[in-house]
Amino acid sequence: MNGPLSGFGVVLARDLRLAFRRPGEMANPLLFFILITAIFPLGLSPEPELLRTVAPGVLWGAALLSSLLALDLLFRSDYGDGSLEQLVLSGHSLPVLVLAKTLAHWMVSGLPLVLVAPLLASALYLPPEAWGTLMLGLLLGTPTLSLLGAMGAALTTGLGTGSALLSLLVLPLATPILIFGARGVDLAVQGMDPVGPLYLLAAILFLALSLLPLAIAAAVRISLD
Amino acid sequence: MWKLFHQFGSPPHFYRLAGHLIPWFGGAALVLILVATYGGLVLAPADYQQGDGFRIIYVHVPSASMSLFAYTLMAVAAGTGLIWRIKLAHAVAAAVAPIGASFTFLALATGSIWGKPMWGTWWAWDARLTSELILLFLFLGYMSLRAAYDDTGKADRASGLLAVVGVVNVPIIHYSVVWWNSLHQGATIIKLGKPAITGDMLWPLLTMLAGFGCYFATVLMIRTRSQVLQRERNSRWLMDL
Repeated sequence: MNGPLSGFGVVLARDLRLAFRRPGEMANPLLFFILITAIFPLGLSPEPELLRTVAPGVLWGAALLSSLLALDLLFRSDYGDGSLEQLVLSGHSLPVLVLAKTLAHWMVSGLPLVLVAPLLASALYLPPEAWGTLMLGLLLGTPTLSLLGAMGAALTTGLGTGSALLSLLVLPLATPILIFGARGVDLAVQGMDPVGPLYLLAAILFLALSLLPLAIAAAVRISLD
Repeated sequence: MWKLFHQFGSPPHFYRLAGHLIPWFGGAALVLILVATYGGLVLAPADYQQGDGFRIIYVHVPSASMSLFAYTLMAVAAGTGLIWRIKLAHAVAAAVAPIGASFTFLALATGSIWGKPMWGTWWAWDARLTSELILLFLFLGYMSLRAAYDDTGKADRASGLLAVVGVVNVPIIHYSVVWWNSLHQGATIIKLGKPAITGDMLWPLLTMLAGFGCYFATVLMIRTRSQVLQRERNSRWLMDL
């Protein structure tokens, strides 16, 4: 019970249960992801050649934006009802607890994007050979987006401002994920080996996993002061 | 060493010291920039490829280096403030952000003006230009986060944390952009030639760099002094002043 990971499972289970009580909210990022992807064919042209060319960037851009969408909720309701303060005072390691919260958030908002991505990829005429790279890239990239976003959310939780500020904070930091993710899919479409960008995404994920929980915890403490 | 550290961290001491230093740095900046302007616009020969157009380098390169230096300084100051809880360090970080954003903007604007005759386009998705653009957004994010907080202490720590996370990310962003660009580089973009620069062109550039550095230090001290005045407005030493 008193190991370094104590409290992780409890917070994870609690956040997941809360999320499943509100299926509507949970579906929002997913719907957003599908909608953004649907906007591009409408705005560009239904030409398969063109859509296939822009698909990697469109899918990754849409994933980036929809992962931003749900972030505002990550800490706000807990901040409002005081349970965030209880987490800080609980005596458990705060970085571990915020990591659990972020993981729960990713399972609800990031993982569905990974699962639905092949469907959208096929709608954009992305060849099936690239679907695996797309899913693997999203699987490695979206947790980093959730971690970066959690830091931004923790910094802005105490503020009344909406998510515009949050986007301004998080998007510039997330550009490498977008570049490597889209590049990997691009390579796979061209029939080349996409392993390089995927390795880089994995490296960034591990860097983020090891450092960002500390920053998120510090940001939560600042917000609660 | 620690005594020096503490002494420099004390706002009254900094306020007086900066007051003495500002005229010296300001004067040096004026002289250096004037000399470098004369050297760059009159003495330096025209480039054999770019003609007189290359002379914008004397503004572009120093602003670009200052913008990077400003971000590093901001993150170091913010980190110092977070770790040792030195209020003056936070004041420096708050003061340096708008200066850094201005230099970033200047570097982008001059790069764009330079790009029009040389590359034939106002904007190219060149790696350095794109990194600089992201840097501008990092500065703007930092400043908006700071502005969103009413409480100075909270604003200091929240924006400081963002600056520290940002500075870890900057190399990753830079290399990802370089890599993205080197793979996407189309044939339409003419890469800026990097000829070995001759001494006649180099010395005004280095002088200008030193001049920009002195100017940066001057403005930073003036802005930090005004930050100190705002933050310490209720303190005793300020009333005595």
